[in-house]
Amino acid sequence: MTKTVGMRIQTMILFGACLLIWLPLFLMVSASFMPEDELLWRYLSPLGIGKAPVRAGLIPSYPSWEALSELLFRSPGFFVMFWNSCIQVFPMLLGQLLVGAPAAWAFARYSFPGKRPLFCVYILLMVLPFQVTQVSNYLVLDGLGLLDSHWAMILPGIWSTFPVFIMTRSFEAVPKALLEAACLDGAGEAETFFLVGIPAGYPGIVTALMLGFMDGWNALEQPMAYLRDVSLWPLALYLPDIVQDKAAVAFAAGLVMMMPPVLLYLNGQGELEEGVAAYGVKE
Amino acid sequence: MTGERKGVLFGYRGSERRSAQSRRVRRQRRLACVFLAPSLLGVAMFYGAPFLDVARRSFLDAMGHRFVGMENYEGVWNNQAFRLAISNTVRFLAAALPLLLTGSLLLSLMVYGAKVKKGLFKTTLILPMAVPAAAMVLVWKVLLCPDGVINQLLFALTGQIWDRDWVNGITAFPVLIATYLWKNTGYDMLLWLAGLGAIPDSLYDAAKVDGAGAFARLLYITLPNLKNTAVLVLVLSGINSFRVYREAYLLSGTYPDQSIYMIPHLFSHWFLTLDIQRMSTGAMFLVAFMAMAWGLGRQGAWIAAGREQRKKWEGKGRKRGRI
Repeated sequence: MTKTVGMRIQTMILFGACLLIWLPLFLMVSASFMPEDELLWRYLSPLGIGKAPVRAGLIPSYPSWEALSELLFRSPGFFVMFWNSCIQVFPMLLGQLLVGAPAAWAFARYSFPGKRPLFCVYILLMVLPFQVTQVSNYLVLDGLGLLDSHWAMILPGIWSTFPVFIMTRSFEAVPKALLEAACLDGAGEAETFFLVGIPAGYPGIVTALMLGFMDGWNALEQPMAYLRDVSLWPLALYLPDIVQDKAAVAFAAGLVMMMPPVLLYLNGQGELEEGVAAYGVKE
Repeated sequence: MTGERKGVLFGYRGSERRSAQSRRVRRQRRLACVFLAPSLLGVAMFYGAPFLDVARRSFLDAMGHRFVGMENYEGVWNNQAFRLAISNTVRFLAAALPLLLTGSLLLSLMVYGAKVKKGLFKTTLILPMAVPAAAMVLVWKVLLCPDGVINQLLFALTGQIWDRDWVNGITAFPVLIATYLWKNTGYDMLLWLAGLGAIPDSLYDAAKVDGAGAFARLLYITLPNLKNTAVLVLVLSGINSFRVYREAYLLSGTYPDQSIYMIPHLFSHWFLTLDIQRMSTGAMFLVAFMAMAWGLGRQGAWIAAGREQRKKWEGKGRKRGRI
């Protein structure tokens, strides 16, 4: 009896916590489908155009595609920034994979002198906040003449050590027996890495890329520091300004920006959980 | 084992085996080099070498020529903005981390034990980590602006007119903590869930047989087994707390209320004037603070480990005494 009551209270609390997440998201989605006059009537002050009491609503009175189509087909600025975000994030992820996966494999599978201290250095670099490396990165990028280019976003990100850490943990979780079997079958090191390591460490790789994507898509500090040229700005930096250009599409722009990471998460939740489990348990 | 015995009996085999072993060791080293090289080179180039350069610059004058000893450190230490940023950051961590850690742990325990809609709860609670800060700003403004929803709710509750601008003034700090919690609780919950999933069921079964209640099981099995996870959650939450700058910047701009002026704000101001010398010194300070925090944590772990050891010994002594 008490048990079921406890269970019910638990469910209520969880449901309440979920509401705290659903309501803001729902508010945004519904505002993305409101026509301009309704938006202005409801959200004049948050949009910063005038002053009027907010009339929050979770359901548009006249749902319309107006804002979304305006944003996607008649806002070249938004399109450029969306493209900038893609150019900056995807090559970075590819680089993280190409550079990080072999390094993680070496940490997880081979023994060599200085392995532990080196891994500690990697962890230390992963823990350092951006501000510590900001000035040094700036000096390097300046030296290479890469400031104010997409490369300034891509290159330092490639050698971020967090993905190496995640992938190392998930390669370590690959059963030894599997690797020994591959060895007995006469697989070389490269074959073992590509045919056994990568498929078995797949959740870790996906997790590293997913977290990398979410962080890169959201990045604000780096572009603020390294990109003076507005035409190179990513979405995250441009979005607050869109309100001044076209207030009516501001909510829709938020929705479109949110879609890639959210869809990615919803598709890869299983891998994410597995990958996090690989590094969440060990110290 | 058989190899060893053979080695003793037929001495020549030992050397052969040893050379084969050393060949394998050398091969492993060579392979490790090949696999690591691209990563090592880049890390050295973008993080290692520049970091050493920053350490060097923190001891030089503004032009980067003359050695000035600890002068820069004194200057930054006595800088009022630096003091403010450090104390605000410490205050933020002290307030937000306990809330975040306990909140996410409680939620993870509930989700772990949930009988209905477990998947839905889990998916929903993790979702905010995928939502970009920039996309949510307008929604927060709808809630928090002087004409916003929160003030209207308060009006409905109290009957008084509320026109507080929540992102400025004394409420800026709690609002920032709330956005930080909104964004990070799910990720931490995911980490806790990983830790919970790794605790073998047999432990719980044994405790149940011994008659331990739900609370005793939580106290003596669940929590001690989450120690490693706790360290990781703490560290990762600490890192992510620096990212709260995104919310702070988006809600209140580059010059926010004094109470949420934090290290990222300070660095971005120094960066605007390209004050490389101060940024280098500030970076060294940050590293020193982090090393201190790490050292304290280490010492705490040592003390805890020592206490546990002592308890074990005392326990043994008591048992022996009983016998």
